[in-house]
Amino acid sequence: MKIVKLKKENLFPFLEVISKDADLWAPVKKNSDRHVFKMIDDLTHINLDYTRTILPPRNIILPPEIRMFRATPLEYEPNFSHVAKRILFGVHPCDIHGLLIMDKFYSFMYDDPYYIESRKNTIILGHSCWPDENCLCKSTNTHIVEEGYDLFFTDLKKNYLVWIGSSRGDDLIRMKPDLFEEEIANEDIQSFIRRREEKDKAFQTEINFTAMPDLMELKYNDPLWDELGTACLACGSCSNVCPTCNCYNVEDKPVLGENCSDISRCWDACTLENYSGVAGGENFREKRSERLKLWYTHKLQAYISKYGKPACVGCGRCVVTCPVDINVLTVGKALDGNGIDSFWSRLSKEVTR
Amino acid sequence: MKGKINETTQNNPFLPELARIISTHYLTKDVKFFQVRFSDMEKALSFRYEPGQFAMVSVLGAGEAPFCLSSSPSRPGLLEFCIQKKGTLTNALFRLRENDLVGVRGPYGNGFPMGDMEGKDVLIVMGGLGVAPLRSVLLYCLDNRDLFNRVILLHGARTPSDMIFRDEFMALKERVDLECFLTVDEDDTGTWKENIGVVTTLFPKLKKIDPSQAYGLVCGPPVMYKFVIKEFIQLNIPKNQILMTLERRMKCGVGKCGHCAIDYIYTCLDGPVFTYWDVIHMRELI
Repeated sequence: MKIVKLKKENLFPFLEVISKDADLWAPVKKNSDRHVFKMIDDLTHINLDYTRTILPPRNIILPPEIRMFRATPLEYEPNFSHVAKRILFGVHPCDIHGLLIMDKFYSFMYDDPYYIESRKNTIILGHSCWPDENCLCKSTNTHIVEEGYDLFFTDLKKNYLVWIGSSRGDDLIRMKPDLFEEEIANEDIQSFIRRREEKDKAFQTEINFTAMPDLMELKYNDPLWDELGTACLACGSCSNVCPTCNCYNVEDKPVLGENCSDISRCWDACTLENYSGVAGGENFREKRSERLKLWYTHKLQAYISKYGKPACVGCGRCVVTCPVDINVLTVGKALDGNGIDSFWSRLSKEVTR
Repeated sequence: MKGKINETTQNNPFLPELARIISTHYLTKDVKFFQVRFSDMEKALSFRYEPGQFAMVSVLGAGEAPFCLSSSPSRPGLLEFCIQKKGTLTNALFRLRENDLVGVRGPYGNGFPMGDMEGKDVLIVMGGLGVAPLRSVLLYCLDNRDLFNRVILLHGARTPSDMIFRDEFMALKERVDLECFLTVDEDDTGTWKENIGVVTTLFPKLKKIDPSQAYGLVCGPPVMYKFVIKEFIQLNIPKNQILMTLERRMKCGVGKCGHCAIDYIYTCLDGPVFTYWDVIHMRELI
């Protein structure tokens, strides 16, 4: 893989050039300490000093609600208005891994054109990051990326080292080649190595993911699931923020005053009450604990059995999002035999004391 | 938006094909029979499927849902469904008449392993609406009768008027190459000449079966599975030769929407036909 150098002051001129005929999306600050990916019209709004955005970048590729068809009694007209030429800048390694998992999922056996068309038109410019106490990506082995990006920017304070990950990425560089330097000084290499070592030491949290499939199996009937089920609010937030959640629902809404209807798909979550409900009122997973178990079976067991790695990329979004502290960290630790350390169990301990 | 893209055309697995209702009539008071054909002649004749597979059927403005194909691929051209009135979509379907259009896409799912069953005894046990997928298997076996050894049908319904395809099955009793047994839980007409009792009361009537050379197929209301499987096990039919088809909520049929997930499998891709061995391993199946 080719690596080039970019002076920091040359970043904005570069982004300026490449975003001429594509929408540029990048992290911006929202409220005091939270970030979101937003479409950029002023480059100075970009804020790269972030750990994780509220929603993963998959929400740009497949927004929460998209119209699939406008249908008349005689014709289904496909609609791809969510697809646009986009450049996604500032994507962290965990989220790139999340997209790689989505790529695999959406092309498994059947291609999903609504995802694939949008993904194909999205250029991914990755960016290095620094872990906080909720980052689990070292445990999931997603703290480094080797594929899934067109360019990857590693921040070395004064300069960037830029990995060129695809032919499309190389074309971007060639749009303004004079901004880049082919020669990388030994000093840069040393500071890259130092950065890597320091980052490796900066992780504060760890889970043994390889043990999870067996633990899920062994603890299938463990009372811990009922305990978690009692605490779970069934709000679906964990699914909304997860980079590898993909479930959706389909709605067929008649257009008022016209003889047609809009068929759209919108995000769904397996923790929501009616997720497994069928016509006639039957619900295959009425209990919250059953739905939670499905969520964790998918993330910690099923995907590992199928692809040899967890469907968790360690981004820590569920950790910071769940209002009652049910997340990969607390569930993983509980499965590992360390007891449940969720908000709910702490609270009930307080109360009983 | 600078990145606006005008048109994308790609193979779209979610795109339904229009199909015309050729005939429809009530089978029982809340189950209706639909015979449809793709409006596009080419598509109608080239549509291939296996018994046990399903299709997504949609009605404009009412949505889309999975229904198993009740017709047999050995009789191409027309697709048949038997559908019970349950929710929004089926209510809309029941209002349609001959010549109305519906959307159909598929076929999806694995279907029954008809090839593996060749040369073997096929024991089909169905109850209530379980007729829908198993009628396809039955017709396929009868249309290719020389491929299979014994074909045995056990069919149970609540009352004679609840028996789906009653006349069709009564007529099949005349066939010498089919062992056909019908039963009802209770006879409210007083004219029922066949067996009375639940479907498992038919098992003692069977002539001896060589279990290693037999496949047991079951589909019906949830309560039926447990008791019928017990009978199959008593007959010593191997667990991986006991087959059943299951239903789940589905929104896509192609493994994307996630609703039919059970453990690490998707009912739409890995099912809807499962062996009893699968069922023992995946606790949520039945």
